[in-house]
Amino acid sequence: MRFESPTTTKAAATLLASESGVAHVLAGGTDLLVRMKMGSIEPDLVVDIKRIESLRTLKVAAAGVQIGAAVPAVRLGESDKLRSLWPGVVEAANLIGSDQIQGRCTVVGNLCNASPAADSVPALIAAGAKALVVGPKGKRRVAVEKVVLGPGRTSLARDEFIEAVVLPARTGKSADAYLRFTPRTEMDIAVVSAAINLTLSRGIVQSAKVVLGAVAPTAVIVPAAAKALIGTKLDDAALDKMVAACRAACNPIDDKRGTIAYRTKVAGVMARRAALIAYERAGGSK
Amino acid sequence: MNGVTVSAKVNGDAVQYVCPADESLLDVLRNRLNLTGVKEGCGTGDCGACSITLDGRLVCACLVLGAEAEGREIGTVEGLSEGGKLHPLQEEFIEKAALQCGICTPGFLVAAKSLLERNPNPTEEEIRYALAGNLCRCTGYDKIVRAVQSAAKIMRRGKKAAR
Ligand SMILES: Cc1cc2nc3c(=O)[nH]c(=O)nc-3n(C[C@H](O)[C@H](O)[C@H](O)COP(=O)(O)OP(=O)(O)OC[C@H]3O[C@@H](n4cnc5c(N)ncnc54)[C@H](O)[C@@H]3O)c2cc1C
Ligand code: FES
Ligand code: FES
Repeated sequence: MRFESPTTTKAAATLLASESGVAHVLAGGTDLLVRMKMGSIEPDLVVDIKRIESLRTLKVAAAGVQIGAAVPAVRLGESDKLRSLWPGVVEAANLIGSDQIQGRCTVVGNLCNASPAADSVPALIAAGAKALVVGPKGKRRVAVEKVVLGPGRTSLARDEFIEAVVLPARTGKSADAYLRFTPRTEMDIAVVSAAINLTLSRGIVQSAKVVLGAVAPTAVIVPAAAKALIGTKLDDAALDKMVAACRAACNPIDDKRGTIAYRTKVAGVMARRAALIAYERAGGSK
Repeated sequence: MNGVTVSAKVNGDAVQYVCPADESLLDVLRNRLNLTGVKEGCGTGDCGACSITLDGRLVCACLVLGAEAEGREIGTVEGLSEGGKLHPLQEEFIEKAALQCGICTPGFLVAAKSLLERNPNPTEEEIRYALAGNLCRCTGYDKIVRAVQSAAKIMRRGKKAAR
């Protein structure tokens, strides 16, 4: 195995493009090094992107947020401004692993690892995040939900990598929330999760996005659930409708951590609670 | 050996080593630099026995490549004591019998030190959350939490006295 730590995105793209064997980008390494240790992958080339200055930057403004691919999750929680603009994205990213994992793991790595249970992914999708993709042919911008194709599979070409994710401008009274269900409070993988992003006007939901995690091969956007909330003050009838839409969108696995029936039921519970949290954070009161 | 040459600092001292590109920093510290305070419990980020700091951030040494440490500052449990005097956390772990077999202890000490640097007066809940990435099969955690609380108190008092 060769190890390279380029200092520009261009050099990183060239290294990836010219490798004929198996090449992997190394961000925090909290998935990659585990898989190397388990022997499930044997890279010929590992490209550490943490020495690329532009990838280490976190830009936070109401007009937009850019989270570099080499920014460890712990730094998101350290930004008061990011926590107030995107509390759901931050709480999702800060749920990944322990303090030790937080010091290394990135949201872009969480996305590219393409686990159905990845915590930051539903929150990024609900936020309307875009990934900035770099490749030998230049750059492109793609919605985060278009990156993951299935467990362990992404739409990135083998010589492409993600430079950053960007969150859109925040307007009006908006807030997001993320909740996951795990048997332990810490250091566990989501059995079910829900991310909700709302914008209100005079306490009435103007726009909504509802995304579920760990209930299908990829995170699931549930437009019918969002529709149930729009135009309401999150009264019980609206919430019941949203819960029913969430449950109808579930296609989970059946395993020792949760049966299909259990995951489907809990998906609705998580979504209801997350919606109420987002509503309150956005300044809504019932 | 298709090695990578690395210069870094460990507990303030300059070090140089050559390691294979896929060797973990945990193996480098233990086998090349003889710093055996850092332990391997799982090798996959779950147990925290290999906790160290990298440029001041708490991380698992098993999830860092030795090659990544070029120019970085590494902190291990060996750096806790000063001039032969144990750190208050070490004193209180002994005092409160917060260890039995001891394999988890260096990781807990490094993680607890990192917590107290960020938050000198943590609640019990904050301590338990902050140490959730460190597993102990012997103590049942309670004595560890008490030791951290008591060390935090001593350290706060020390700071006040120094002022
Ligand atoms: C103990 C432990 C607990 C964990 N707990 C959780 C948890 O609670 N929730 C959760 O969601 N995850 C969890 N994880 C999984 C992991 O920490 C996360 O998925 C993390 O966000 C991965 O980020 P990373 O930067 O470490 O990725 P890496 O390991 O560096 O990379 C992951 C994959 O993505 C690729 N990649 C990385 N960056 C890029 C890029 N910029 N462009 C293209 N490809 C890229 C890599 O090549 C690799 O294939 C846990 C892992 C461990 C070891
Ligand atoms: S050995 Fe590194 S976390 Fe267990
Ligand atoms: S004292 Fe034995 S594992 Fe903690």
